[in-house]
Amino acid sequence: MSLMKHFAAATASIALTAGAAVADPALIFDLGGKFDKSFNESAYEGAQRWAKETGGSYKELEMQSEAQREQFVRRMAETGANPIVVMSFSNIETLNTVAPDFPDTKFVLIDGVVDQPNVRSVMFAEHEGSYLVGMLAAMASKSDTVGFIGGMDIPLIRQFGCGYAQGVKAVTPDATVIANMTGNTGAAWNDPVKGGELAKSQISQGADVIFAAAGGTGMGVLQAAADADILSIGVDSNQNHLHPGKVLTSMLKRVDNAVYAAFKAGEAVETGHVNMDLAAEGVGYALDENNEALITEEMKAAVDAAAAKIASGELAVHDYYTDNTCPAVSF
Amino acid sequence: MTAMPKWADAVLVPLISLLIAFFISGLVILAIGEDPIAAMKLMVTGALGSTYGWGYTLYYATNFIFTGLAVSVAFQAGLFNIGGEGQATLGGLGVAMACLFIPWPHWSLALVAAVFASALFGAAWAAIPAYLQAKRGSHVVITTIMFNFIASALLVYLLVNVLRPEGALDSASARFGDAMRLPRLNDILALVGIPFNNRNPANISLLIALASCVGVWLLMWRTRLGYQLRAFGKSEKASVYAGINPVRMTMYAMLISGGLSGMMAINTVMGEAGRLLLNSVEGAGFIGIAVALMGRSHPVGVLLAALLFGFLYQGGAELALWTSIPRELIIVIQALVILFTGALDDMVRRPVAGLFLLMKKGKA
Repeated sequence: MSLMKHFAAATASIALTAGAAVADPALIFDLGGKFDKSFNESAYEGAQRWAKETGGSYKELEMQSEAQREQFVRRMAETGANPIVVMSFSNIETLNTVAPDFPDTKFVLIDGVVDQPNVRSVMFAEHEGSYLVGMLAAMASKSDTVGFIGGMDIPLIRQFGCGYAQGVKAVTPDATVIANMTGNTGAAWNDPVKGGELAKSQISQGADVIFAAAGGTGMGVLQAAADADILSIGVDSNQNHLHPGKVLTSMLKRVDNAVYAAFKAGEAVETGHVNMDLAAEGVGYALDENNEALITEEMKAAVDAAAAKIASGELAVHDYYTDNTCPAVSF
Repeated sequence: MTAMPKWADAVLVPLISLLIAFFISGLVILAIGEDPIAAMKLMVTGALGSTYGWGYTLYYATNFIFTGLAVSVAFQAGLFNIGGEGQATLGGLGVAMACLFIPWPHWSLALVAAVFASALFGAAWAAIPAYLQAKRGSHVVITTIMFNFIASALLVYLLVNVLRPEGALDSASARFGDAMRLPRLNDILALVGIPFNNRNPANISLLIALASCVGVWLLMWRTRLGYQLRAFGKSEKASVYAGINPVRMTMYAMLISGGLSGMMAINTVMGEAGRLLLNSVEGAGFIGIAVALMGRSHPVGVLLAALLFGFLYQGGAELALWTSIPRELIIVIQALVILFTGALDDMVRRPVAGLFLLMKKGKA
């Protein structure tokens, strides 16, 4: 009996010390802000899911300017938070500078690669997921003309567009892909009015499926497509529910899973390169009750076969980053 | 109006405006359930309570001095240059051109080249709207703001397609060489034995900004050109009658203004990032308008107003770091200060002027 008590006390004290030693994880959002309806918000959802499941707490920060990148990551590391998830490729240089100064802190960079011993670099294979929704678009299109609307014209968005166009051409080699970018400033991520106008313009050119990879701007694209009674494709999170029966599918980029996994692993999070591709279920397409009527059995079979081929390496989707060109579409 | 002494005009009125702005900000913070006194304390200690805070405050202030001077020079000549954003963007391109393609052996040479290149690119970007205004009467407000968008598009094109290193994810240029790293403020102060935090981006550009303040003052109040510019700004017709060429004045004012805006890039592109980023200007061109308005277009006023906005930026960052006040609200606080010190300036000025008038009558 007394031995039992002794054990109980020992485990209790271990639990206590462990509790005190475990630091809160932290999430640092990029300039787009926490509620950008896209990339950052997806990370926020992952963190929230972790907090709800474990009852733990985490720290968060929103960057407001370029000069704050290093400042905020450094200050967060000084508070003892561990691991620290940092969003966006814009912080590659930031972590290259800050991470070596905090060798005992683990950093997780989403969407970028940093070669430091205490950094976990998470990359998503956007081109693979986009390829699949491109195939679906081509199979759903009756006019053989499909549209792509990007947010800001940056390499990442071209990566989406390039994968999409390849998927379209794989199904219908002579299909027309109309690609437009919303703008050249950060405002392009949050301009639903312009997104809607671009969608209308593409519809007038014959497009009957439009893929929006444009953050908040995509809301306008999806709305315009639903109004014109054509199909649209959502991005990042599952957006099928926004206009049930009008959104063909959504290209999933599971940033939330990456953040959730990092938080769950805590200080023991593995560093190094992580490729969130089709095989790792980092990207994919959304199928739920809102779009099951739109995706026929044949379409599903064709896409799943392609997905299996991509995952096994049998089918290679051209990666825009490798040579900054796209064989299937010009931007 | 003439009853108001100079000190009241320059110091008292902005100070009262500022207090009103802070009071209303306090109400806003109270409304979302945070403690306004604690928030204010956090802003002050975060921005001014340590050399680390001062470093960031001075770094932001450096940007605002350049753009504030730029707006005030054009304003003195009766032109409203709201293209500081675009001119600074092009200035950044100038700095990148000077630093990326010429292997300077020492930072001092690179700095001289960067100053010239940034001023040249900024001035060139202002030259087109200036020419259109001078020769064709196209209003400079419309053309300069349109040129901001063109500058942004041009930069995106160059960074995405031309200057971005192959395979890089980030839309940014390659890093400038290590030899081109500008000395930080702590390096400079260490020479005279003053300890200063080394984890902040304040750099030698601050000294260039201060020199520009003196330069603008000399130009506007101690040279013939400055006199002509100010006369032109006060009354175009009278200045033409006095033999001043309006086309030349418009061009000179805008070229100087654009050059000053462009020089801001030395601080952000060369001093802080060490490479050309997509959004290295970040609204400083527009803040420059508020700074010039608040500083009453005088270099000393611009310097003080720039310090205030530097304080607001760094203080705002500290609020974001240590409280749960959302960042949108920090922008609201900054906007309130702009609103009261810039746009609603007259609201305070009139009653204060009336008060001085009453006091004068009472004495007489």
